[in-house]
Amino acid sequence: MELVLNEDQELIAKTALDFVAEHSPVSRFRALRDADDRLGYSQALYREMAELGWTGIAFAEEEGGAGMGLAELALVVEALGRKLAPEPFLGGIAMGGTALSLGASPALRSAWLPGVIDGSKVVALAHQEAGARYDLCAVKTRAEAAGDGFRLTGEKTGVLDAVGADAVIVPARTAGQPGDRAGLTLFLVETDRPGVSLERQVRVDHRNAAILRLDGVACGAAAVLGQPGEGADLLEAVIDRATVVLCAEMLGGMSEAFDLTVDYLKTREQFGVPIGSFQALQHRAARVYMEVELARSAVMAAARAVDAAGAGPLDADVRKLVSLAKARCSDAYVLATNEGVQLFGGVGMTDEYDIGFYMKRARAAELTFGDAAFHRDRWAMLGRY
Amino acid sequence: MSDLEAFRRETRAWLEANAPKSLAGIPSNDIEGVWGGKKWVFDHPDKKLWLERMAEKGWTAPTWPVEYGGGGLSSAEAKILAQEMKALRLPAPLIGFGLTMIGPTLLRFGNEAQKQEHLPKICRGEIRWCQGYSEPGSGSDLASLQTKAVRDGDHFVINGTKVWTSYADEADWIFALVRNDASGKKQEGITFILIDMDDPGVSVSPILLISGKSPFCETHFKDVRVPVTNVVHEIGAGWTVAKALLGHERTMIADTFGVASTKARARGARGFLPELAASRTGEQDGRLADAVLRDQVAAFEMESRAFALTVQRTKDAARAGHQPGSESSMFKIYGTELNQRRYELMVRILGPDALGWEGPGFDETDLETTRDWLRSRGNTIEGGTSEVQLNIIAKHVLGLPA
Repeated sequence: MELVLNEDQELIAKTALDFVAEHSPVSRFRALRDADDRLGYSQALYREMAELGWTGIAFAEEEGGAGMGLAELALVVEALGRKLAPEPFLGGIAMGGTALSLGASPALRSAWLPGVIDGSKVVALAHQEAGARYDLCAVKTRAEAAGDGFRLTGEKTGVLDAVGADAVIVPARTAGQPGDRAGLTLFLVETDRPGVSLERQVRVDHRNAAILRLDGVACGAAAVLGQPGEGADLLEAVIDRATVVLCAEMLGGMSEAFDLTVDYLKTREQFGVPIGSFQALQHRAARVYMEVELARSAVMAAARAVDAAGAGPLDADVRKLVSLAKARCSDAYVLATNEGVQLFGGVGMTDEYDIGFYMKRARAAELTFGDAAFHRDRWAMLGRY
Repeated sequence: MSDLEAFRRETRAWLEANAPKSLAGIPSNDIEGVWGGKKWVFDHPDKKLWLERMAEKGWTAPTWPVEYGGGGLSSAEAKILAQEMKALRLPAPLIGFGLTMIGPTLLRFGNEAQKQEHLPKICRGEIRWCQGYSEPGSGSDLASLQTKAVRDGDHFVINGTKVWTSYADEADWIFALVRNDASGKKQEGITFILIDMDDPGVSVSPILLISGKSPFCETHFKDVRVPVTNVVHEIGAGWTVAKALLGHERTMIADTFGVASTKARARGARGFLPELAASRTGEQDGRLADAVLRDQVAAFEMESRAFALTVQRTKDAARAGHQPGSESSMFKIYGTELNQRRYELMVRILGPDALGWEGPGFDETDLETTRDWLRSRGNTIEGGTSEVQLNIIAKHVLGLPA
């Protein structure tokens, strides 16, 4: 495993950074938020990104993708994270897209994956229920057998990029009790089906998230992803990969927040000198620098390890690297933005400055797919202690 | 088969044929490693054999030029050699400041005569070096050093005291910073010079630390006559040499902690700290019973891993041709703080057993932990304090104003 970008990757990173800087400055995110935009992102820009090949970057060539991996997708998402670009790469590509690619039958795959890859469709994944915290198996939503198919009833929360989505992949119980590993099954549910309702949530990060309500929604057996009753393994495999993508976004966010802070330290004057000349502030900044560097190494290692595992199950060593990346990114992003607001001083607390956006995004990302404490516990468990 | 694959095969075959089997698994740390030098006594004949064979091959200093006793390997080949040695669990045949500090410095700043004279002896483990930088009055403010070098014909006459000279009592030569001119800016007028410890007027006294016995010494110079030809680079240009060398020192410190964690991993399937925590504090349902301790052990292990990955990333980037930045400062801070956390955690795991100084009632781990914990407090001071390193990052990496 080489922790350095090759020439192709350098080019992808540069292209992505340039495009995002030109087409998606933070002012665009700010405008979407100010407008209470229902989607919270631009469909037109998302299609442009798809045309650049970004949405398909990690999917196999035979599916219409670029046949690259998370190492490359991470570079694009890092660039998006730098400018808080809210296009649905996390919910639609890393979560829904990965679930289709790992678990969908040939029929389901050919019906949905091309649209996901060309950016014309969004398929979300509803991994979260109220009170479940980070337990993927704490699923109450039930799938009762009905004729040849199932009827789904239950409620999901925080479903990322679900507003405007064409379908949502829903983990539901075909057997067992909430918390059980066995008895989970993943279904693809089209959002225009009777009994499906979506309600936009307004979260601190203003991203597209929704409550999904299912009231006896009819689902055919053909809508099942993976093996019935064995959805926990598939869901975990998807979320592990999505976690790496989220980490890349966090890496971009913390890097930009830190750059903004360092720039401010160089230009803001008090007592007749730039505040960045004060040793107390220099040392705080240097500490953040180190944490961001460690986070970058962890993300690069996790992406490469997951890519090396291919579409197969991830072994304990790879999953430990995923936990390492998420724990380091969670701590480092929160630190970089807490320190950012402190070093900006009073203006850091105002809505006018962007640093506050990064603090909110850091928190939202930290509390998605497990915070640092959760992943330390998972690391210990995978290490058999 | 690529050249590198061929090199890997040949290397493995050579190592299998030439490395003494008895050395497998022996670490090359401060205690077990071979430091070499005139006073060196091998504690195992196979270590001597291993050093001779590797030196013959040039592999005690794999990347140094062949004409100076090195192996002439590319960095990619050297990495393969290191990997193959690791696979066979072989220790480094030779360690010490000659290989890690003065050698690289002479390669960069030394003249041809100096390289010819000193490098082959370093490679063969014949001469052991120590470093004379700090002085009783010059710690973090190293450039304020006062050891005087007065020109007298073809010699400098040196007077003064160096402190924290590790292993000076066992070293054959010292590389030192001395002041040849006190009239200008303090960074100017410093000269980097090589001194034979056998010269008349050189004396050494050991320093006792809060952790007990230590390799540190004070080294005194009283009217020591050193040929002007022993000056490295130019007279008065010692600060430039010193700064470059401090980079090597910090990298070495970072590598030391990398080695320590490798050794720890080898001690048990679950790693050293989890095993220690399990045996001393108990388990419940296959997990450490103390959930707070479990979190602390995991946090330590994870940050150590992220640190090791960062060291690797820097090396990979250097191999790919990227210019190194001031990473050594980051490694110095982070590596030493991790080491301190490691011993804080061990003390917490051992509880009252960590209070042993010597004698009955404590096992070897207990007694080592007490001393190592105390010694580790110096890690963030020696080799440039963490605060000085933070200054360097702020200035040279982040470009913050002075």
